[in-house]
Amino acid sequence: MSRVNPVNQYLRMDRMPHIWCSGCGLGTTVNCFIRAIENCGYPREQISIVSGIGCTGRVAGYLKLDSFHTTHGRPIPFATGLKLANPKLKVVVISGDGDLFAIGGNHFIHAARRNMDLTVVCVNNFTYGMTGGQLTPTTPIDAISSTSPYGNFEEPFNLPFLAESAGAVYVARWTTYHVKQAARSIREAIQKNGLSFVEIISPCPTLYGRRNKLGDGLAMMKAFKENSAIVNGADTREVGLDFKGKIVCGKFIDREKPSFLDMYHTTMAERFGPFYEPYEGVQ
Amino acid sequence: MKADPKGVLTGAHFLDGDHACCEGALSAGCRFVAGYPITPSTEVVERIAARFPSVGGMFIQMEDEIASSIAIQGAVWGGAKAMTVTSGPGLSLMMEHVGLAAMLETPCVFVDVQRSGPSTGLPTMPAQGDMMQARWGSHGDYEIIALCPNSPQECYDLTIAAFNLAEEYRVPVMLMMDECVGHMTEKVIIPKAEDIEVTPRRYTTQKPGKYLPYQAGRSEIPLMVKAGDGYLFHVTGLTHDERGYPAMNAEAHDRCVRRLVEKIRNNARRIIRLEETDTADAEVVVVSYGITSRVAGKAIQMARADGLKVGHLRLITAWPFPEKRLRTLASHVKAFVLPELNFGQMFLELQRVIEGKSSCYPVPHAGGTVHEPEAIYQRILYAARHSRLKDKKEVAR
Amino acid sequence: MSDGKKSRGPRGVVTINAELCKGCGFCIEFCPSGVLAFSDTFNDKGYHTPQAVRPEACTGCDLCGAYCPDFAIFGMLKEKVVA
Ligand SMILES: Cc1ncc(C[n+]2csc(CCOP(=O)(O)OP(=O)(O)O)c2C)c(N)n1
Ligand code: SF4
Ligand code: SF4
Ligand code: SF4
Ligand SMILES: [Mg+2]
Repeated sequence: MSRVNPVNQYLRMDRMPHIWCSGCGLGTTVNCFIRAIENCGYPREQISIVSGIGCTGRVAGYLKLDSFHTTHGRPIPFATGLKLANPKLKVVVISGDGDLFAIGGNHFIHAARRNMDLTVVCVNNFTYGMTGGQLTPTTPIDAISSTSPYGNFEEPFNLPFLAESAGAVYVARWTTYHVKQAARSIREAIQKNGLSFVEIISPCPTLYGRRNKLGDGLAMMKAFKENSAIVNGADTREVGLDFKGKIVCGKFIDREKPSFLDMYHTTMAERFGPFYEPYEGVQ
Repeated sequence: MKADPKGVLTGAHFLDGDHACCEGALSAGCRFVAGYPITPSTEVVERIAARFPSVGGMFIQMEDEIASSIAIQGAVWGGAKAMTVTSGPGLSLMMEHVGLAAMLETPCVFVDVQRSGPSTGLPTMPAQGDMMQARWGSHGDYEIIALCPNSPQECYDLTIAAFNLAEEYRVPVMLMMDECVGHMTEKVIIPKAEDIEVTPRRYTTQKPGKYLPYQAGRSEIPLMVKAGDGYLFHVTGLTHDERGYPAMNAEAHDRCVRRLVEKIRNNARRIIRLEETDTADAEVVVVSYGITSRVAGKAIQMARADGLKVGHLRLITAWPFPEKRLRTLASHVKAFVLPELNFGQMFLELQRVIEGKSSCYPVPHAGGTVHEPEAIYQRILYAARHSRLKDKKEVAR
Repeated sequence: MSDGKKSRGPRGVVTINAELCKGCGFCIEFCPSGVLAFSDTFNDKGYHTPQAVRPEACTGCDLCGAYCPDFAIFGMLKEKVVA
């Protein structure tokens, strides 16, 4: 059959099949991302993708874009350097909850504080998938992980609230059930000036689902459908996640603030006057 | 290629080593620096923060050294020449990304203005205790290049050399300064831009679709691309094949890592810079580097005044280590003396390459200040007296 | 198709690349038109793969394509397929 899936042109088909498990939401997230960049108005040559390490970290390697698979927790500072060296690029970080909010948490809050011109997509599967299902900063209370075998008792991060508090100008959350909304949010996030953040709640049936008796990927997807409520503009303080509880989705924050590069230009133009050549990167 | 005049502050200046390093970076074409303040390196980034906006450069103070050491690599893949600047504790934090730069073959420069450790140690005082960490600090097998300036002028010159070597071999290059060299103020001559040789990034001329990121050819050093040019390339810190794709098996790993190592080892002769004085007929050779070489110079004068045949070999390049040259010298030199501001780091390397063919004497020092010339002088006397005379022919056998 | 009055035929076409499929069932569950069901056969990897049991109902919405984590299925408007 000669009909070709339109997403293939954005994928490194010479690397398929990918390593992700049956029913893992990562491939679905990749679909949403591809649909987002198809309609975002930027040519693909201009879009770079940076990932850290983890199952989600493998996203960069499957996308046929300029793509960087970096170190655990550090995709944001890598992306920061890439963007600042070449501001024409649209730089998107896609990484896991552990990568971005445990080992890399400091980088996220500072990127948001500076309003660095980046889009950060966190695939939150509530666990360290790649290393066998350990506790992450987003594991809900009472959930079992391989390193919280008696149930997690640590308060998890509420990522949208964290992102808003740290300064992100765009904050949205969807699950992998919400493919259309997720694609739209990622597109809007890419088009945004400054640090935009999209959380994608995604099933890890193999490690998180099975251990917590949540069923296979499909069962988890159905639970996302049943348990989610779309509340655009919701107060991010109210959208924390409980084990098997309601998942509030939507676009929560969409505000304007000068980005890092905007502020850089303003500051230097003021200081240097006619001697300031607007910074355009280092080509 | 000649330097871009925009960044070159031609003239005779009175600069400390930290400031000279900043000017060297500018002359070399560095336009991206990410750093985190740490004594005694902070003056480098302070001057960069002031100088960069008017020459089209970008400085960003990151949230920590981990971030700094990878932000520069993002910048390089975006097309910039980039460096980060730190001191011991910061260098420790950067280690994972020295490995990343080695693995991705990202040309970039790490400046380490060494202070006394371990841990917070003596933040404002000199040491040379990071020499082994610079070489071996990240996990796995790889090679780096390390340079050791002994004056503000050399901080300027060797910063340019560091950038040029980074581009030529696609490796992280470590500029191993120390607190004394960093804070000492001397005359620094900055040449005209047209007299400064700068190695440009070597980009592929192949078309997208044909280009393979890690196809090295005979030079052992693959050509680069940068983001945004339509190559849609992938790079990963995982073991990879020529396409840059993960290749998870022992054969691919051998091919990948072997080249990272051999591209430096096979070119060591071209990379290594030494300064030799009176080594041809020396009975004792003092091997030194960085600030200690200046103290050693004084000690050697004292020994010569006593009529001893003492030579001096200064390591401008510490890594790769000049194995061949030292082995050659060992055929007529009775003893080597190696003073350094640590308890024997480069000394271990010296002993390893000399393989007992000559005697080797360390002059250890914990740092916090430099050696007394007297200490090195005494060691030279001791070495000269105690080393057995060798029959050259017997060694040559 | 059920009333048989208008035989305009399907608006969309669904294409399945069974070799990439890992049998998660997302496409079957979330196809809004009930086009898909698991087949009895296995692919080389040992997964049950979907088949179009009601191809005439396919609208070409490509939701199956959006959900499929393995890029193994997609829907298209019929007029686009011809082109
Ligand atoms: C410095 C470092 N520490 C630990 C690891 C091991 N490690 C690899 S992936 C991972 C967790 C990934 O979790 P997450 O970011 O949530 O991604 P997921 O696999 O769940 O998609 C860890 C701890 C590493 N590679 N590097
Ligand atoms: S372990 Fe979990 S996150 Fe990783 S591929 Fe499997 S299902 Fe996905
Ligand atoms: S969604 Fe994809 S992988 Fe899952 S059953 Fe359908 S075709 Fe197969
Ligand atoms: S294209 Fe739409 S209607 Fe057709 S099979 Fe796919 S999901 Fe169902
Ligand atoms: Mg995870």
